[in-house]
Amino acid sequence: MPERRTHDFETVSRPMLHPLHAILLAFPIALFTGALVSDIAYLRTAELQWSNFAAWMITGALVVGAMVLLWALVSAVLARRAGRVRAGGYLLLIVIMWGAGLVNAFQHSRDGWSSVGALGLLLSLTSMLAALLAGWIGFSAARRIAR
Amino acid sequence: MSRRLIILALAPFVLAACGPNERDLAQTGPEPQLPRQHETLVPPMKIARPAGWDGKVPTVPAGFSITPMASDLKVPRQILVLPNGDVLVAEGSGGGAPKVRPKDVIAGYIKSLGKTKVKGGDQITLLRDADGDGTAELRTVFIDGLNAPYGLAFVEGALYVANQDALLRFSYQDGQTRVAGRGEEVTRIPSQLNHHWTKSLAASADGARLYVGIGSNSNIGERGMAVEEERAVIWEIDRLTGARRTIATGIRNPTALAIEPTTSALWAVVNERDELGPQLVPDYLTSVREGAFYGWPYSYWGQNVDPRVRPQKPEMVAKAITPDYALGSHVAALGLSFATQGGFGGVFAQGAFIGEHGSWNRQDLAGYKVVFVPFAGGRPTGPPVDFVTGFLDEKGGARGRPVGVAFDPRSRTLLIADDLSNTVWRVAARAPG
Repeated sequence: MPERRTHDFETVSRPMLHPLHAILLAFPIALFTGALVSDIAYLRTAELQWSNFAAWMITGALVVGAMVLLWALVSAVLARRAGRVRAGGYLLLIVIMWGAGLVNAFQHSRDGWSSVGALGLLLSLTSMLAALLAGWIGFSAARRIAR
Repeated sequence: MSRRLIILALAPFVLAACGPNERDLAQTGPEPQLPRQHETLVPPMKIARPAGWDGKVPTVPAGFSITPMASDLKVPRQILVLPNGDVLVAEGSGGGAPKVRPKDVIAGYIKSLGKTKVKGGDQITLLRDADGDGTAELRTVFIDGLNAPYGLAFVEGALYVANQDALLRFSYQDGQTRVAGRGEEVTRIPSQLNHHWTKSLAASADGARLYVGIGSNSNIGERGMAVEEERAVIWEIDRLTGARRTIATGIRNPTALAIEPTTSALWAVVNERDELGPQLVPDYLTSVREGAFYGWPYSYWGQNVDPRVRPQKPEMVAKAITPDYALGSHVAALGLSFATQGGFGGVFAQGAFIGEHGSWNRQDLAGYKVVFVPFAGGRPTGPPVDFVTGFLDEKGGARGRPVGVAFDPRSRTLLIADDLSNTVWRVAARAPG
């Protein structure tokens, strides 16, 4: 965590993400987490509605996540040298989140137990962890030279 | 770590691309070869896009002729020949189960690419070919205002129609070309969701009982087993009182029923489950054994357990019986009619004509033809023989898709409903000389 240097008016700290980007990222964070919880509920109860919930949440996460992915890609390309590593790491996490989510959407289109299974659970966990980590990086303060 | 995860996650895609295509498997007859299950993230799919007949006709064996008896119908599905030779055609398409997953939306769209754009007629059309030239010169709307009619039966002056939600009786006078009224309800038929909506129908040989085939409400129970009450079953109904009992269960989608003429036994063609691979599970032709459980959804072709169904029920799997005769995986048998009174003679004297609507869940198109399964002593005796083909064009498009078939012993013709080109085809033995 960068320390905040209030005595130095030449530097300000703000989160890495634009507020709109941050709002968009909030969707996959919540939806992939919900999908994981639903998957666990399905595997414990064999009640198919849980798998259906997860399928819709994953789809929703992919739709909004696609905009996040695009934004992260553009940001990484345009990043100045100082922020390049961070932007690249953030992009990698979003790619993992979205890629695992896409495979998981197909997994959840299978019928019955095969709609989740070990692979579905693993993919939901992967997407959730990648989304949370990306959020941690994106919402943390970045040190920038203001002037 | 992450790369390994991605590779692991993508493995099923790759497997789907180079999965086994065991085309040489023998999947017809009493002992089909069953490959191991092969589930993939995306099921193998090939949709034959509608191509149109363009003046051509289906291919029939030497010594036969085929003509379009009527065209521009509104999704013709099943056919019945009345005692005076008039032909009734049930037109409609039902279903409309709610889409509960993103998959339902996408799969519904993909499958619609292989179907007609015409809206189902919800009616029965009468065709009369009095001069026997193969073309109907009289055509009337016999009954309208129906609800996705499918199964048809005629017993003692009454026509029975299986709508997607009820079995109806209409009284009939010889020569009638139009029936007024809503009909009389013999019994309701389970219609909640109607994932598989077609209600097949046949009358017992003595006419006392009617049999209704009721398909499952899902592929393998993925809508929950609560909606599968009295689904994937065959009902026996007392024709006069409407009293009914369930005579067979676990019979996934019995799309056509017929009485074998030498033994008077009830036979059915049944559509089996999807998404276990291109060569699973074979659709089948079977005699319907009283009280039998045919496995769905817990197992297929006897006691091969379906891993997708939870909770599993080993005690049900133990009860499952093996059907009589496999027709091939995903061929979608929708029509069944026995040759009666000597049939067409020769190879086609005794046996069952079967309309195969055609596959979507395999890379190589299967079905899309009418086959003949030879019988002797009331049992199938050999491999299926192609009877009517040519429903696919050279480019893999579909000119038509056969559904119901009806053999008429008086005119010695086989009628075939084609719900893609919306035609009724009439196959006749060419006069000798």
